Amino acid sequence: MKRFFLLSMLLAIAGIAAAQRDTALFKRIVPDSGRLHMNMDAVYNRPFVQAGKLPATLGGYVEANSAYFSENGVSEGLSFQLPRLTLFVASTIRQRIKFLSEIELEEGGREINIEFASVDVELDPLLNFRGGIIMNPIGAFNQNHDGPKWEFISRPVAATTIIPATWSTVGFGVFGKYAQDNWVWAYEAYLSNGFDDKIINNNQNRTWMPASKTNAERFEESFNGAPLITLKGAVRHRRFGEVGISWMGGVYNKYREDGIDLDQKRRVDFLALDYNTRLSKWNTAITGEWVWAFIGVPPTYTQQYGRRQQGGFIDLVQPVIQQPMLGWNQATINVALRGEYADYNVGRFIETGGNIYDQVTAIVPGISFRPSGQTVLRANYRYAWHRDLLGNPAKKIAGFQFGISTYF
Amino acid sequence: MSNKYIWATGVILLLVIAMMACQKMLPRAPADDRLLDGPVAELSTEQHIQFLRGDVAFNDEVFTAETGLGPLFIATSCGSCHAGDGKGHPFTTLTRFGQPDTLGNRFLQRGGPQLQHRALPGFLPEQLPAGATFSRFMPPANTGLGFLDAVPDAELLKHADPDDADGDGISGRPNWIPLPGYGSLRPDAIQRNGRYIGRFGKKAAVYDLLQQTASAYNQDMGITSAYEPHDTYSGQAIDPEIGTSKVLDVVFYLKTLKAPLQRNAENPEVKAGRQLFLELRCSSCHVPELKTGYSPVAALSFKVFYPYTDLLLHDMGPELNDGYTEGTALPEEWRTPPLWGLGLSMNAQGGKYFLMHDGRAGSIREAILMHGGEAQQSRNRFRQLTEPEQQQLLWFLESL
Repeated sequence: MKRFFLLSMLLAIAGIAAAQRDTALFKRIVPDSGRLHMNMDAVYNRPFVQAGKLPATLGGYVEANSAYFSENGVSEGLSFQLPRLTLFVASTIRQRIKFLSEIELEEGGREINIEFASVDVELDPLLNFRGGIIMNPIGAFNQNHDGPKWEFISRPVAATTIIPATWSTVGFGVFGKYAQDNWVWAYEAYLSNGFDDKIINNNQNRTWMPASKTNAERFEESFNGAPLITLKGAVRHRRFGEVGISWMGGVYNKYREDGIDLDQKRRVDFLALDYNTRLSKWNTAITGEWVWAFIGVPPTYTQQYGRRQQGGFIDLVQPVIQQPMLGWNQATINVALRGEYADYNVGRFIETGGNIYDQVTAIVPGISFRPSGQTVLRANYRYAWHRDLLGNPAKKIAGFQFGISTYF
Repeated sequence: MSNKYIWATGVILLLVIAMMACQKMLPRAPADDRLLDGPVAELSTEQHIQFLRGDVAFNDEVFTAETGLGPLFIATSCGSCHAGDGKGHPFTTLTRFGQPDTLGNRFLQRGGPQLQHRALPGFLPEQLPAGATFSRFMPPANTGLGFLDAVPDAELLKHADPDDADGDGISGRPNWIPLPGYGSLRPDAIQRNGRYIGRFGKKAAVYDLLQQTASAYNQDMGITSAYEPHDTYSGQAIDPEIGTSKVLDVVFYLKTLKAPLQRNAENPEVKAGRQLFLELRCSSCHVPELKTGYSPVAALSFKVFYPYTDLLLHDMGPELNDGYTEGTALPEEWRTPPLWGLGLSMNAQGGKYFLMHDGRAGSIREAILMHGGEAQQSRNRFRQLTEPEQQQLLWFLESL
């Protein structure tokens, strides 16, 4: 079914491409840049193309990279990747009733995921109903992760491995916004299917939230019948930027089956803070996110699996040249810097009282060239220190990445 | 297009190419003598391929409930207990229980000889049975095991002096153990009353690396194999949870890990420390040099190497007697642990030393001072050294 849907979308996009010979047949819908956009608007804030009288708008983005990395002096050489090709379909069904979707092909099509497919019904600007496959609003990156928006080729470690972005599942909820003068307040609240026990039973040898993403059954039924609750509040000021606080939590283990109690309920909870702004004086963009995760791991299970995790990132992006270049009227060259950290096992060993490590720290300087806001060519240098559980001398992994990402 | 933009594009492209070409911005490989892992020299291509397969199985394969972990276990992977192929950490210390003397383990029907103190969710881990004597064992380093495995029995017996015939107070003897029901004998195996010389493990109660590997999969991770088919939870023989070829790959990996390389061997202080090591007669048990016999792996055949062990049992005195033993070893007897790689232990133990059989010593000096029994004279001589001399000896040991 998923493949059929995908094929239909590809054919539709091919049709649009053909129609571009006659520009009267299609219309590019550019996001409204005058409004105060928030992270929660990311699914709306994308460029779409509408073909003629087709009731749906289409879009997507693609990323292609090359990388040369070395781990403690040993390199596997140069490699090329197409980490994701993402297709969007959106449709206004009736006034104030919309359908939006995002389908992602990862690693050259080896994985096909419906990351987002929801119907939004606006009852009031303060009260919208959303149902379907939702991207849980925990942190900011999970909702606002489109490749062309970022100057960095690798996604932030903490936002993809502690919060397992893109984390989406089936659920319902409400959201709303209230704007006054230079301020916008927003909230989101959802009930959805949740995680499963793979987060502490996986081949990564650590508490690993992305392991639950391999369970596609979460789109059909809950693993344990207990809903995952996600709440987010955010406020944006035109000058000071946006700050969000979010929480997501629920029971992850199968504590009962066929009426038989198997285990006590064990929870996983996330608390995240996110912030983004653009300094008006220097036009510097600052984006950051920090997450704490709390996992109910049985005391008789191995300490290899962390009971607490934490981590985050901060990105600084500084435009250095903004002027017409090579025939592109709104071209920009940016320099960028990311610092990031993830601690997969916050705590101390029972046996020694010593610190448990299992941490990653990385610094990523980069440069990017944007012919327009929707396309980015980027070059990054990444240096990361990986410390194992015991805190032995860090494994150093560093390398260069070069890539392109663009909406289409 | 103006020249300005062509130049700008060219500069960016050059920058990218320069970055790609710049090896100096990539991390350097640590010096070979700073690492415990890596293969022995002179392996053939086929042997390297098997080494890599074993490396992946040992260091990368993590067991889960679906792949056979537990339900009772100690660790989820081989690499969990041997970070960087080095010594373990108190977090991964094993508890063995149930055998107070040479008459055998009396708790085999009650979970012995190894306590699986961790369990999958929903299961209760094993508890130490009341009345069972026990000892905690720190996982050893894996380096150079193939060399130790290839020493002929006769070579080990040359160092044995069970009745202290030479009157030097040192009376090393082998642990004569029954063979497991699998594996094969060494070509020159020496038998005594149906038993053979054990050489691995704290009590030298393990015959070879196949027994060590199959037993560790079973007792440490709850993984059954064709060699050890009994589930540690139910006690029943069940389908193998790991294939024989993978077990053999891991055995080959362990067998072909390189021997640790000494660092700063020519440093005068280190040389002086080595001389003191010999003068204090530490080398009576920690025999500096051994020689392998024939091995089907040419890289291990007829090689002289420097492990600083005799692989024999020695009485270490009452302070190191935990009341637990294995095979024909007495509770106060311990196999001489190899000292090679000692100075790199901290790199696998989280930046601290956890030495002696259970990690009770926090430094090499502490470990020396814990030696009793046959090693008491050497310990006393160490105490009588001046502080600079003691430091020279410690530097020598750290160089190994």
